[in-house]
Amino acid sequence: MSYQLPKFRHPDLPVNALGYTRAEYEGAISTLCAGCGHDSISGAIVRACHELALEPHKIAKLSGIGCSSKAPTYFLGKSHGFNSVHGRMPSVVSGANMANRDLLYLGVSGDGDTASIGMGQFAHAVRRNLNMVYIVMNNGCYGLTKGQDSATADAGSASKKGDPNPFSAIDLPGLALQLGATFVARSFSGDKGQLVPLIKAAISHRGFALIDVISPCVTFNNNPGSTKSYDFVREHAEATGTVDFVPMREEITASYAAGRTQDVTLHDGSVLHLEKLAPDLDPFDRVSAMVALQNHTALGQILTGLIYMDKDSRDLHDVMETSRRPLNSLVEEDLCPGDKVLANINASLR
Amino acid sequence: MVASPIHNVHKQVFAVNPTDIKNPEYFHKVVDCQYACPAHTPVPEYIRLIAAGRYDDAYMVNWESNVFPGILGRTCDRPCEPACRRGRIAKGEEPVAICRLKRVAADNKTDIRARLPEIPELKNGKRIALIGAGPASLTVARDLMPLGYSIDMYDNQFAGGGMMRSQIPSFRLPASVLDEEVGYILDTGVVTHFNTEVTSLRSIIDKQYDAVFVGTGAPRGRGLNLPGLEEAGKRVHIGIDWLSSVAFEHTSAIGKRVLVLGGGNTAMDCCRTSRRLGGEDVRVVVRSPFADMKASPWEKEDAMHEGIPIYDNHVPKEFVVENGVLKGMHFEKVEAQYDESGKRSLVPTGEDLVFMEADDVLMAIGQDNAFPWVERDVGVEFDKWDMPVVDKATYQSTNPLVFFGGDAAFGPENVITAVAHGHQAAISIDLHCREKSVSERPAPFTNLVSQKMGIHEWSYDNRVENDKRFVVPMAPLEKTLRDRKLEVELGFDLDIGFKEAERCLNCDVQTVFDTPRCIECDACVDICPTDCISFVDNAEEEVLRTRLTAVAGNLAQDLYVSTDLPTRRVMVKDEDVCLHCGLCAERCPTSAWDMQKFLYSVTKAGQ
Repeated sequence: MSYQLPKFRHPDLPVNALGYTRAEYEGAISTLCAGCGHDSISGAIVRACHELALEPHKIAKLSGIGCSSKAPTYFLGKSHGFNSVHGRMPSVVSGANMANRDLLYLGVSGDGDTASIGMGQFAHAVRRNLNMVYIVMNNGCYGLTKGQDSATADAGSASKKGDPNPFSAIDLPGLALQLGATFVARSFSGDKGQLVPLIKAAISHRGFALIDVISPCVTFNNNPGSTKSYDFVREHAEATGTVDFVPMREEITASYAAGRTQDVTLHDGSVLHLEKLAPDLDPFDRVSAMVALQNHTALGQILTGLIYMDKDSRDLHDVMETSRRPLNSLVEEDLCPGDKVLANINASLR
Repeated sequence: MVASPIHNVHKQVFAVNPTDIKNPEYFHKVVDCQYACPAHTPVPEYIRLIAAGRYDDAYMVNWESNVFPGILGRTCDRPCEPACRRGRIAKGEEPVAICRLKRVAADNKTDIRARLPEIPELKNGKRIALIGAGPASLTVARDLMPLGYSIDMYDNQFAGGGMMRSQIPSFRLPASVLDEEVGYILDTGVVTHFNTEVTSLRSIIDKQYDAVFVGTGAPRGRGLNLPGLEEAGKRVHIGIDWLSSVAFEHTSAIGKRVLVLGGGNTAMDCCRTSRRLGGEDVRVVVRSPFADMKASPWEKEDAMHEGIPIYDNHVPKEFVVENGVLKGMHFEKVEAQYDESGKRSLVPTGEDLVFMEADDVLMAIGQDNAFPWVERDVGVEFDKWDMPVVDKATYQSTNPLVFFGGDAAFGPENVITAVAHGHQAAISIDLHCREKSVSERPAPFTNLVSQKMGIHEWSYDNRVENDKRFVVPMAPLEKTLRDRKLEVELGFDLDIGFKEAERCLNCDVQTVFDTPRCIECDACVDICPTDCISFVDNAEEEVLRTRLTAVAGNLAQDLYVSTDLPTRRVMVKDEDVCLHCGLCAERCPTSAWDMQKFLYSVTKAGQ
C-alpha cells in the first residue's frame, strides 16, 4: 500500500521566468475526498502562480476552518501559511496586510467559513477593499461534518442524505457587490480554462478580489437534486464571457474576433482581455452586474466569469495612506525621526 | 488561450478514434520492455516475483518465454533496456537493469526440474530433424518435445549450445550455466548427433523426417583481404573461429601485442579474451566513430575497464610484414561525414598513415551465412544474396518441409531473436505436422485483472522508488585477467537485486479508463505527477498531441483516447511517461480509472 506522490515530474515541464517548473508551486498530496472540487481549485492556483512567475516566498496563503481551509496545505508548499480560527481569516489577513504590503495575500475559505460563522469578517474585509484574493471553495454543504446544508445551499436543493433546503441562499457575489467589492467573479472547479485566468486577474487586481468557485462535494452533495453537483453546474452555467490574462511582460499575440471584445489594463500593467458572451452585462458597471446576477438567478442559471471589476480601485493602503514599506523593515530613525520632526508637526497644528 | 470547454460549440472535423483496448497489442505496447523483447517475455511480471523473493517462479516465467534465463541474464543484447520507460521519466534516469535481474532469478532459484513440462512416453509418431544445436534449434526442441514429437538434433560440435558455447567466452558465460540450461532441453529425450557435420540437406530429407529445422547460425566470419595478408600467415585470425578454438581449448596463447579489427560485440569478446591469453598491449581498432560502433555500450565499457583502448576512425590499409614476421598494421585516419539523409561516409583526413605494432591480428568485422551443404535442387529457393527465401511469420522455406530460424533465417542477430524464431518455427512445424495451415497463427494469450484491494491499497507495489540504477559488482581485474574461465560479473546480491527490482514501474499494470463512469471532476488531471492525463476537445492526432497538459512529443508512444464525454470532450492519456503509480485511480471518485494487470503471453506450439 502506498499513498505518496512520486518525486518524478514530466521531464519536459515548462519553466517560468524564474526558472521554476510547476512542481515548485505544489504542496503536499491531498487528503480530501477523491474527486473533491477543492483539489481542482488547488491545481488552478498552482498553475496561475506558476504562469505568473510569482516568487513562492512572496505569497501568504491564509484560511479558516473547513475542508476548503485544509486545502492550502495542498498547494504552494514553499509559501507562507496561516490556518486561522473559523471565519476569522479576514482579520488575520488585515493585520498581516497592514504590516507588510509586499506579500500577495491569498485567502482561501469555504461557504461555511465565509457565509455563516465568518460573515461579519467577510463583510468588513470587502467594504475596506483589503488588497487580497479571496477564494471561496463553495460546495453548499458542510462536508467536514457530514454534509449538512450550508448558507449558500440554494432553496430547494437537496444533498445526498438531506431534504430539500427550505431556506434562501446567500449569494456571495451579489452580497460582495452590495458591500462595494471592486473585483467579483464566479467560476467552477471543473473549468480550469476559465478559473486560471480569473485567478491571475484577481492576483493582479489592487483591492479585494472575490472569486466564488462552485466546487462540488463528491461525497455529500454531488447527487441529483443538488444545485452544486458537477452535472447541474455544467448544465446551468452561463459565462459572462471568456477571460484571457496577459501578464505585463508579454505581448498580446492572440488575435480575437472584433466586436464584443475589450482589453483592460490592470494597475500592474497586465492586460485583461474580455470576450463578452452575456449581452446584458457591463462588467465595469456595478448596477449592470447586480442586475445581470439577479436576472440569471431568476432564470435558474449560474452566471460565471468576471462579473464586476472597478478599474480605478483604491485599496485600504491607498485610503489609509499607510507606510509603503513593510513595518518589519522600519528602523528606529523611521519610527523616531527626532525632535525636529516632532517640532514641525506640532508647529503645523498651531 | 483555451476557451472554456463547457461553452465550446465549434465543430470537430477531424478526430482521433477512441482507443480499442480490446486489441491485445494496445496494452502490450505500453509494456515497453516486453514489447521490445523479440520473445515478448513478461518482464514486469518476473521482476515483481524477484522482489517477492519468488525466484523459482520468476525463473519459470522466463524459462517459458525465453528458454535460457541464466544464459540471457548474462549475455542478452537487452533490447528491453533502451525501451524501458524508467529511462525516459527524468533526465539522467537509467533503465531498470532488466538483464541482470533475470540473472538474480537464475542464480537464486532452487531445483526447478520438477516444474519442467512432462514429456509423453507415447510419441505422436512424427519425427523432426534439427540441424544445429544453437538457441533456435534448442527452442524448437523445447516446444515440440512436450507435444510427443521425436527429435534428432545434429551439430558439428561436441555438445549443444551452438554459438553460445563456441563464441561467448566463459568469463561472460560459465560453462556450468550453459550446460544446465541446454541440459534441461536435451534431457527431455532429444536424440543428439553431436560431432556430426551435416554436409547435405538432401541426406537429411531422405531420412523421411516430417519436418526439418535449419538453425545453423551465421558461421562464416568475414576477413579483410589487405596487402600483406598472405605473408602475415598464421598470425592473422578470423575472430569467431579464434574464439571457438579458444573455447574448445585448441588455442591457449596469443602474442603480447594484439590488434582487434571491428567494433561489434565479437570484437569485444576477442579483445577481452586476448587479455587473458597473454595479450598485454591489446587494442581495438574500428573504422567508424566510437558512438556508431555496433557493440553494446556495456560491452565497450567492460573492454575499456580491462585496459583495452578503442581507436576509432581508423581504416586498416595493410599488414606490415618483415622477413616473414608480422610487425603490425597501417591505418588511415578518417572522419565521419553525414549527408542530409543521414548517410555516413568515412572521409580520409589526409594525415599520414598510422602504424600500430602487432604480433597477432584478430578480424571481427562481421559474419555471413553459408549454406554450401544445402543442395540448390531440394526445393529450398535462394534469393539474390544467396540467402534462403524464408517466410517472416512462419519461418517456412519454399520447401514446405524445411524451416529456418535464428541467424540462419535472416542473417546475424542475437540469442533472444533466435529463441523467438524457434518458438514461431515450432508452431509452424506443429501445424504442418497436423496438416493445418501454417499461416493461421494462434492469437496471444491475454488477461486483464483489477489490482484494487481497498482504499489506498493495490495488489502491486505502486510506490515509485527514487533509487538510481545499481551497478553490478565485478570480480577484481587481477583475478579475472589471469583466468579466462573466471566470470567477471558477480551478479546482484539479494539485497541489491530487491532494490533494483523495486525500480521497475510496473508498466504492465495498466491505467484502464471507463468512460461512462467519469464525472469530469479533473481529480486525475490534478494528481497525475507526470501530466499524462488531459480532457480536451478531440482533433486529428497531430493537433491533439499539442493540446494536452504536457505536449505529447514522443510519437513512438500511443495516446489513449476515450469516447466522447458529456461535455463533448475526450480523455486523452499520453502513455509516454506514465509512472503507473495508480494515483489517478486512487483519486478517482467513481472508479472510472482502475489499475489492471495486463498479462500478454505469446502462444506456443500446441497451446
